[in-house]
Amino acid sequence: MAHDFLGAMPDAGLAWLRADGPNSDIVLSTRIRLARNLQNFRFGTRADGDDRREVLRMTLETAGVADSLQGGRQLVVSELQQAERQLLLERHLVSRELVGSNGHATPTHTALLMAPGEALSVMVNEEDHLRLQNIVGGFRLRDAWRDVERLDDELGQRLPYAFHTEFGYLTSCPTNVGTGLRASVLMHLPGLVLTQEIGKVLQGISQVGLTFRGLYGEGSEVVGNFFQISNQTTLGKTEEDLIDHLQRIVQQVVQYETQARSVLLRDAPVVIEDKVWRAYGLLRHARSTSFEEVMNLLSGVRLGVGLKLIPDLSVYTLNRIMIFTQSAHLEQVAGSALQEGDADVQRAAYVRTVLSSERPGEGPPTGAGHA
Amino acid sequence: MVCENCGKNEAAIHLTQIQNNEMSTRHLCEPCAEQMGLSSGAPANAPLADFIAQMGKAIASETVASAGTCPSCGLNLADFKKTGRLGCARCYSVFDTSLRGLLRKLHGGTQHTGKVYLPPHPSETDRTARVVSLRRSLARAVENEDFERAAALRDQIRRLEAGQEV
Repeated sequence: MAHDFLGAMPDAGLAWLRADGPNSDIVLSTRIRLARNLQNFRFGTRADGDDRREVLRMTLETAGVADSLQGGRQLVVSELQQAERQLLLERHLVSRELVGSNGHATPTHTALLMAPGEALSVMVNEEDHLRLQNIVGGFRLRDAWRDVERLDDELGQRLPYAFHTEFGYLTSCPTNVGTGLRASVLMHLPGLVLTQEIGKVLQGISQVGLTFRGLYGEGSEVVGNFFQISNQTTLGKTEEDLIDHLQRIVQQVVQYETQARSVLLRDAPVVIEDKVWRAYGLLRHARSTSFEEVMNLLSGVRLGVGLKLIPDLSVYTLNRIMIFTQSAHLEQVAGSALQEGDADVQRAAYVRTVLSSERPGEGPPTGAGHA
Repeated sequence: MVCENCGKNEAAIHLTQIQNNEMSTRHLCEPCAEQMGLSSGAPANAPLADFIAQMGKAIASETVASAGTCPSCGLNLADFKKTGRLGCARCYSVFDTSLRGLLRKLHGGTQHTGKVYLPPHPSETDRTARVVSLRRSLARAVENEDFERAAALRDQIRRLEAGQEV
């Protein structure tokens, strides 16, 4: 491989998998991104090769001296192989717009700059010239903001950002102008889905200026009971206002989810226990599984771990399965491209291996979590 | 996954709907979705594109003559209506009148109140504006009892007020 960045950073961008943040049984990860553009260059959709080349050159030069990025990696997309690009995509570190999708021409002069902590990074020449992002585990909006803001200061001291006294930071899309900030929290809400309260909650979220989507960004389907909740507006409120508002609402959703889970355990303990262990059994023994099936079964197992029905299984393991059972990750392990059927077999084998290395009590626990 | 309507084609549209507090997800192929009046493409973007198109129509008649084309990037209002994307920083001045209405609808206002950018060679005005925004953040940090952040902000304010590099 041209870079072998995974050899050097096998967990690149995956610090959040460790699930060491607060509420990490319900909130998988917290992400904050800032959209920034440089003065005197056309924005993404209208930038020509010269604009893009110069934006990349200036950014790489600045990144070389920015404290937050010292000791990190500079991945220029055109130098990466297709498989590596897919890996970055599956880790949510880059967008399709940055690496191009199968069958489409690769965008020119795009890059991903990663800080050594594996959480903080910058996409260069996406829809906006710069997209600063920070992905941390659990529910940690303020921590995520602090680091990304510091990086923003470091880059902004040297790169001339496009800033307007009235409209704030100027962006390609008017939905991002102002703060350029999108804060989002990835939540696992099986309790609210099973108790059919989720519709009400999501409706409430939309009414308070927040928005939700599935795991894979805009327009994506809700899979495995995962919901990404984020701020809708970016202009007219301070970054702290936007973050604190999201913080308050997500805290409420965490409470609702916790309540829903206790209602389920109180009113239908056998049903829940059965569902959870069936999901575990299938993952532990199946011989061929689609990614979607894995995601749905993982949701059941994750609920079981959260309710302490399945002991001795870590959220970290579940998070790893979620990332490493995607196609490009399976192919990386297999060392070659996989046909769909083969991928399903490989996926099931991977899950069995991971789960067998961490063996929860193989029988049903004796009433654990029923109290 | 196959389309749940025809059971033949691969489902390409996954529609999550909330009606009467019930959430449901439908998996449809493009032809079936079209028959049901659901357009293909990125569903989450569609409302915005529609919205911008409508806004565009409403404002085009008033402003197209004055707005014209951005001299820096060549974007005109029709391009903007089509893509929903602006071409450069200058566009924000060129399409100022049209944008204000849109920004009010999208964000409820047009005045940025967040972080103030401090450019590489800041003027006195740049410094003052930045200090104002830092003071706001400082007040918030104290309110949140985030004293580590408060101390860092206070140091930044001092450096700016002393005219030092930040």
